[in-house]
Amino acid sequence: MTTQQDRPGHAVDKSEPILSVRDLVKEFPIRSRGLVRRVVGAVHAVSGVSFDLHRGETLGLVGESGCGKTTTSRAILHLQPATSGEVLFEGQDLTKLGKEKVRRMRRDMQLVFQDPYASLNPRITVSEIIAEPLKIHGLYGRDGRKTVSDLMQRVGLNPEHGNRFPHEFSGGQRQRIGIARALALKPKVLVLDEPVSALDVSIQAGVINLLEDLQDELGLAYLFVAHDLSVVRHIADRVAVMYLGKIVEVAPTDELFERPLHPYTQALISAIPIPDPRRERERERILIQGDVPSPANPPSGCRFRTRCPLFLTLSEADQGRCVNEEPPLVPRGLGDRHPAACHFARVQDVL
Amino acid sequence: MTQSATTTDTVLSVRDLTVDFPTGDGVVHAVRGVSYDLRPGEVLGIVGESGSGKSVTSMAVMGLLPKTARTSGSVRFRDEELLGLTDKEMTRVRGSKIAMIFQDPMTSLNPVYKIGFQLAEAVLAHNDVSKQAANKRAIELLEMVNIPQPDRRVEQYPHEFSGGMRQRVVIAIAMANNPDVIIADEPTTALDVTVQAQVLESLRAAQRETGAAMVLITHDLGVVAGQADRVLVMYAGKPVEIGTVEDIYYNPRMPYTLGLLGSLPRLDKRDQQRLTPIHGSPPSLVNLPPGCPFTPRCPLAAAVCQAREPDLEPVDGSGFTAAGLRIHLSACHFKEQVARHDPADLFATSASDAELPADFGSGPGLVEPPLEDDGSEDELR
Repeated sequence: MTTQQDRPGHAVDKSEPILSVRDLVKEFPIRSRGLVRRVVGAVHAVSGVSFDLHRGETLGLVGESGCGKTTTSRAILHLQPATSGEVLFEGQDLTKLGKEKVRRMRRDMQLVFQDPYASLNPRITVSEIIAEPLKIHGLYGRDGRKTVSDLMQRVGLNPEHGNRFPHEFSGGQRQRIGIARALALKPKVLVLDEPVSALDVSIQAGVINLLEDLQDELGLAYLFVAHDLSVVRHIADRVAVMYLGKIVEVAPTDELFERPLHPYTQALISAIPIPDPRRERERERILIQGDVPSPANPPSGCRFRTRCPLFLTLSEADQGRCVNEEPPLVPRGLGDRHPAACHFARVQDVL
Repeated sequence: MTQSATTTDTVLSVRDLTVDFPTGDGVVHAVRGVSYDLRPGEVLGIVGESGSGKSVTSMAVMGLLPKTARTSGSVRFRDEELLGLTDKEMTRVRGSKIAMIFQDPMTSLNPVYKIGFQLAEAVLAHNDVSKQAANKRAIELLEMVNIPQPDRRVEQYPHEFSGGMRQRVVIAIAMANNPDVIIADEPTTALDVTVQAQVLESLRAAQRETGAAMVLITHDLGVVAGQADRVLVMYAGKPVEIGTVEDIYYNPRMPYTLGLLGSLPRLDKRDQQRLTPIHGSPPSLVNLPPGCPFTPRCPLAAAVCQAREPDLEPVDGSGFTAAGLRIHLSACHFKEQVARHDPADLFATSASDAELPADFGSGPGLVEPPLEDDGSEDELR
């Protein structure tokens, strides 16, 4: 594989991961009705997710609604404490730190939200929004104003507009305000939760370019949570595909799109329309049946087997294996950097 | 306009349609002169960003706009003028001749009635048949859109269906009376991609089955590429380019179209070029300055663009329709120059966005976020 991106200045430091997630589990209790509200079950939102994020790298975390990608990102930031598992940031386990230490740690890890309308306080000015994290962490000193105006400039906004309110800005600009706020504490990792999916395409492109520039200038690592695979292919160095609370495949971006191993990855890529009429009309689509099963009661063995097109073609003995034995996420003949969680993984070209 | 309506080969003909909404801040000119012809069995894609007037156009066609809206122009279904019909007269057309599919299947189905009842209701509205026959037809319809066990499913309520299945029910209702035209307004925007693929398949099947022509409104240029025969690009309430899908995707003649294509990240390209955003925001539709509304964002803008708004005119080398009309039209003073450019030559790849939008508060640049429904959060509600 050649290098992922032809962005000069984009460098991934592969030596030591800045963030390691190990066997992360997040369950939400299901309670009975009535007064006592006993716990009668659990929604298995995230069931044993592990991955590494390196300095300067963009890891795309993709999947459909309900697959647990947002819950994963929230659990990593300790916004919804994980049920079990480890989140190692520069070697320190976040899940075991006290409240005060977690707060300090948050300087290094910031979140950008999906909806730029709901995530900005409409009653305070943009300068105040961006200054807020600095004030909370006691870093808004004498040159605080300058820091804020620099941040606005950095995200492509006019610093003179700092005393305006969020409603005076367009959707794309509001998302930039959210990014400026996230950058205020000079973090090392940004968790981006669907940062461009609420924006029109022509506006979205500007925000993507901005994120690329910021990464190159500041050496940030991105955990890019998204359902739009076209955006992920554009921006990510590696991609992890999630299905029903588990990672089913991880690979360097071009490798994943050109040689997907897992039947779910193949179906997902093949379902995405390409804005090129001739190519789009020639493509064979892998249609998967039905909908995602309930995470309260996931299927045994491989969680994708109930919708898997490959499963239907297997012999009875092989199907039994899918039903009874959970496939581990291990390399399947395409090298250590490309593991997949399927007993019968084989490459299929779906573009 | 250069196209003239011929009644033989068009099912739906829209001419100079305008829609104004009087508001406290002034009159919003949401649609400023839309004309198109829809031929039988054809799929016309209407694309544009939020606020470009694509939904309002089709609501006007269906007569579904609020009473405060002021419409003018002409909408003809075959030989019948639809604009100006009373609500009662429109009811005869809606569903039987022109059917509509809305974006959000949760709000377009009634939560307190069974699916079967809602399907039968559509059948009974336009046909003099027995309830039993309507129920039988309801089951047939569900089968046509690939819903398993339709005889059991008709007894269920909308909340027992997933998002994709609900949308397929809406499609089934739309095809209940074999309409000649189906208008689908963002039919898959609220759905996940694998479900979107299933629903698009059902939509195709519905169209094949009924032989209906379709107007497909979407902001997803990928969906249009796969489904449409012709494409109409809208900007600031007006069509700025219309042509076959090949014309629009491979030979765009309006800088806005070119910019849209350049700002799309591509799933199928290994060497990713930097994206070329269109800077600035769409104009406010309250106080539009004279001239081409794309001028402030356009890399080719010149003095003439500010002076006069260009009409939709044929481009050089355009193909012809069966009736001898040009297919590919563009509303740009420099349409022949656009042909020589890649998005990257014209649009800057810089990442800044320093100008405030003209219209505070209306939030251009934002589309409805997809219904993100993490199963995990259901429990917390």
